[in-house]
Amino acid sequence: MTELTSSSKRARPEFRNIHALNDLPTYRLPPAGWVSILHRISGAIMFILMPFIIWMFDTSVSSEISFAKFTSVFNAGVGFIPGWFVKLVALAIIWAYLHHFIAGMRHLWMDINHAVSKEFGRSSALVTLGLGSLLTIVLALKLFGAY
Amino acid sequence: MAVNYGSKRIVVGAHYGLRDWLAQRVTAVLMALFTLALLAQVIFFKGPIGYDKWAGIFSQQWMKFLTFAVIIAMLYHVWVGVRDIWMDYVKSVSVRLSLQVFSIVWLVGCAGWAIQVLWRL
Repeated sequence: MTELTSSSKRARPEFRNIHALNDLPTYRLPPAGWVSILHRISGAIMFILMPFIIWMFDTSVSSEISFAKFTSVFNAGVGFIPGWFVKLVALAIIWAYLHHFIAGMRHLWMDINHAVSKEFGRSSALVTLGLGSLLTIVLALKLFGAY
Repeated sequence: MAVNYGSKRIVVGAHYGLRDWLAQRVTAVLMALFTLALLAQVIFFKGPIGYDKWAGIFSQQWMKFLTFAVIIAMLYHVWVGVRDIWMDYVKSVSVRLSLQVFSIVWLVGCAGWAIQVLWRL
């Protein structure tokens, strides 16, 4: 019994409360942990950018004149904001939506199938992160006119 | 049993139980179906999508019906999510209440704007 508490083993760090600045940089999350915190962050991004999303909906469907305004904001920018920055903000929304969507599907799948094994948690988390990133890259190339 | 009234009242907003959990999933499924319905119309359309096609998608009555329901679903879905964020990270009751009030104003304003856009189509 004493071997378990022998001093040859280095004491493992103990986290009672996670300090954002002291602990987070060295705090290693498993893939499912990344999916979880990114689900929250992506949701927050869409919440904050919601007026921009509705502005896009408004200008793109209201009239041909507003549609032309919509495209020109993306191509030529608006005021002091350059077009590439508008595209970058739109890309943030695209990533947030994709990640939130796929992570949400993962949630639903786990709810329906009771798929709560450690292996499935890990593999589905990696699929979520991979698929979200891949689709974001594909759409980023389209948005910035690579094809 | 902990005292949960008067000055000892625990101020929380999550109705711990089935309701919000289920609402979050039902609204999510509705928004996912909307996404697929919209995506299908964009992907299976041949040629570049201009104003006529894009506005035409949303001006169909069934699409207006669905979009309206999705705006309301999103309103509730985002409220549950954002409220949980404030409850997890903001411990001061006054700051949290302010942020929650701000969230409601932000969301109701956005939902009203989106519905107004839909109304005009």
